[in-house]
Amino acid sequence: MSDDTRPLVKGRALVLRGDDIDTDRIIPARYLRCVTFDEVGEHAFEDDRIQAKGNHPFDDERFEGASILIAGQNFGCGSSREHAPQALMRCGFEAFVGGSFAEIFFGNCTALGLPCVTLAPKDLAALMDAVSLAPEAEVEVDVEAREVRHRGKAFPATLPDGTRDQLLQGTWNAVAVLLGAGDAIEQTAARIPYLRGYAD
Amino acid sequence: MSPNTRNLLQKVWDTHSVRELPGGQTQLFIGLHLIHEVTSPQAFAMLREMKLPVRFPQRTFATVDHIIPTDDQQRPLADALAEEMMTALERNCADAGIELFTPASGKQGIVHVIGPELGLTQPGMTIACGDSHTSTHGAFGAVAFGIGTSQVRDVLATQCLTLARPKVRRIEVTGALGAGVYAKDVILAIIRALGVKGGVGYAYEYGGAVIESMTVEERLTVCNMSIEGGARCGYINPDDTSIEYLRGRPYAPEGAAWERAVSEWRSLASGPDAAYDDVVSLDGDRLAPSVTWGINPGQNIGVDERLPLVDSARPEHRASLEEAYAFMDLKPGEPIAGTGIEVAFIGSCTNGRISDLREAARVAQTGQVAPHVRALVVPGSQAVARQAQEEGLDEIFRAAGFQWREAGCSMCLAMNPDKLVGREMCASSSNRNFKGRQGSPTGRTLLMSPAMVAAAAIRGKVTDVREVIS
Repeated sequence: MSDDTRPLVKGRALVLRGDDIDTDRIIPARYLRCVTFDEVGEHAFEDDRIQAKGNHPFDDERFEGASILIAGQNFGCGSSREHAPQALMRCGFEAFVGGSFAEIFFGNCTALGLPCVTLAPKDLAALMDAVSLAPEAEVEVDVEAREVRHRGKAFPATLPDGTRDQLLQGTWNAVAVLLGAGDAIEQTAARIPYLRGYAD
Repeated sequence: MSPNTRNLLQKVWDTHSVRELPGGQTQLFIGLHLIHEVTSPQAFAMLREMKLPVRFPQRTFATVDHIIPTDDQQRPLADALAEEMMTALERNCADAGIELFTPASGKQGIVHVIGPELGLTQPGMTIACGDSHTSTHGAFGAVAFGIGTSQVRDVLATQCLTLARPKVRRIEVTGALGAGVYAKDVILAIIRALGVKGGVGYAYEYGGAVIESMTVEERLTVCNMSIEGGARCGYINPDDTSIEYLRGRPYAPEGAAWERAVSEWRSLASGPDAAYDDVVSLDGDRLAPSVTWGINPGQNIGVDERLPLVDSARPEHRASLEEAYAFMDLKPGEPIAGTGIEVAFIGSCTNGRISDLREAARVAQTGQVAPHVRALVVPGSQAVARQAQEEGLDEIFRAAGFQWREAGCSMCLAMNPDKLVGREMCASSSNRNFKGRQGSPTGRTLLMSPAMVAAAAIRGKVTDVREVIS
């Protein structure tokens, strides 16, 4: 087994309530003016935090050091910027639990080895309430068992088979897998009409 | 399965499948890869670190759009960070042998505007770009989706992606649109009806009389905003309209290859008995010009409607509505028409094409931009700008008090100097009204069609464009 496997993420969690939180809010576009991801972590939710005047969950000391982010519905919608999960990863987040995730964000997280699992609405509400009351207690995001646990309570989680395989096998950096197809890539190209110049 | 029972997505997917991967995913060949300066530099760096070459450099094309200023494009760019990004793109493309459309080439523009106008985008292709509005290219019957930077790396290294095949929802728009109602209003109405996450897990196939009678440029507007409805890709079956658009374009096939391409393209359309995972219908006769009032594109109403009451919303939506009202400083129950604006923006990959500028100019020539309004017109590409100038549209805009700019993404996402200031309210033909999207953390955006933006610019407030052009 390689070190890249992600069977379980365990740590304290941060509760970020609200639906449809888009990637412009996670990392404002002005911080995309860069050629590396090195500094994006410093600006996560910057504008939301300024406007919340200290009342943003990212400024709540009870959540300090959290490695699991619990969000609402459609988290990460909007722009495809990988700067969003990169920023959150660089703030220490290793897994996301939510009601649902925007697809591109989900794919970007998977490509970084960050699991995004979804819970049914009532389970999500219960988990958010429980973690808000006891933020010191660790949350377990069990990729293998597709389950999220907190203080002895287990919530069934959803994660597509293919993504789960990538996380369990450590193949979320897809390059090696894709290269593994070898010449089949060129063979596929050779039978696609437009790549053959629509030749006979 | 017979071709009559397969939809376009299934046909294109099968043609491009390199192999099935465990867990139901596909290794999918990407026929056209488009890149720009924002989401590609890190991907090239990863490639260098892995010591991998670009596998199919001739299938990647690059442009610069997000960071480029729209007033002074002289090099070096005034913003050192922007200059660094542009230089990195130039170097990466030169090293890998990738064709790059710089301003000096005369072909530069927003990636989703130049792909179609150069004929790079063709029916039946799989297209990826590190940009969520890649769904735009589906207007030709391509399967096109936005990806992140790690996936840009995957495509550069292997010309493939690991993907699960989406379900397909057919969206029928029946009837005919009234005067002053545009493609933008159609897609806003679809997102309003199905929600901003209604399309998660789906590709949207748009059809019906309204879609079939649209020009290619109108179709591009519809497909562009698929992602705002949660659908990573949206497409329209190829037909005479999309095929004729491509004839003679620089990268379109010619001669005998053109004839074979056309017959191939026609065969890709979803069969008459194609199966769908879901089908929904929308009555085009009843659509009005739409305006967003909140902080996501689903929060929109007809310009003749009043803002929704929080109490009448479903309980799970009330918190979002309250958040939107607090940010926008608008009041439930009030009419949206008459809402004052300070900025007007016409442009973007959604509505920065020549037909958009023609419609806006038609409105602009009826008056003068209101004294307190700052109004910008930003063509989607250099080719759009040239065409507009040939038709004298730039003169019409200038005479009416609009600023006429050079091609780029501009104030859609404010990565260049074009930004809102403070709490400014902006009538915008772009695609996102997210908090802070247009460059001021507290700035506010009202999305609408380009003609509606022009009407708002002249009256200084949200105005039903049908009153202006009738």
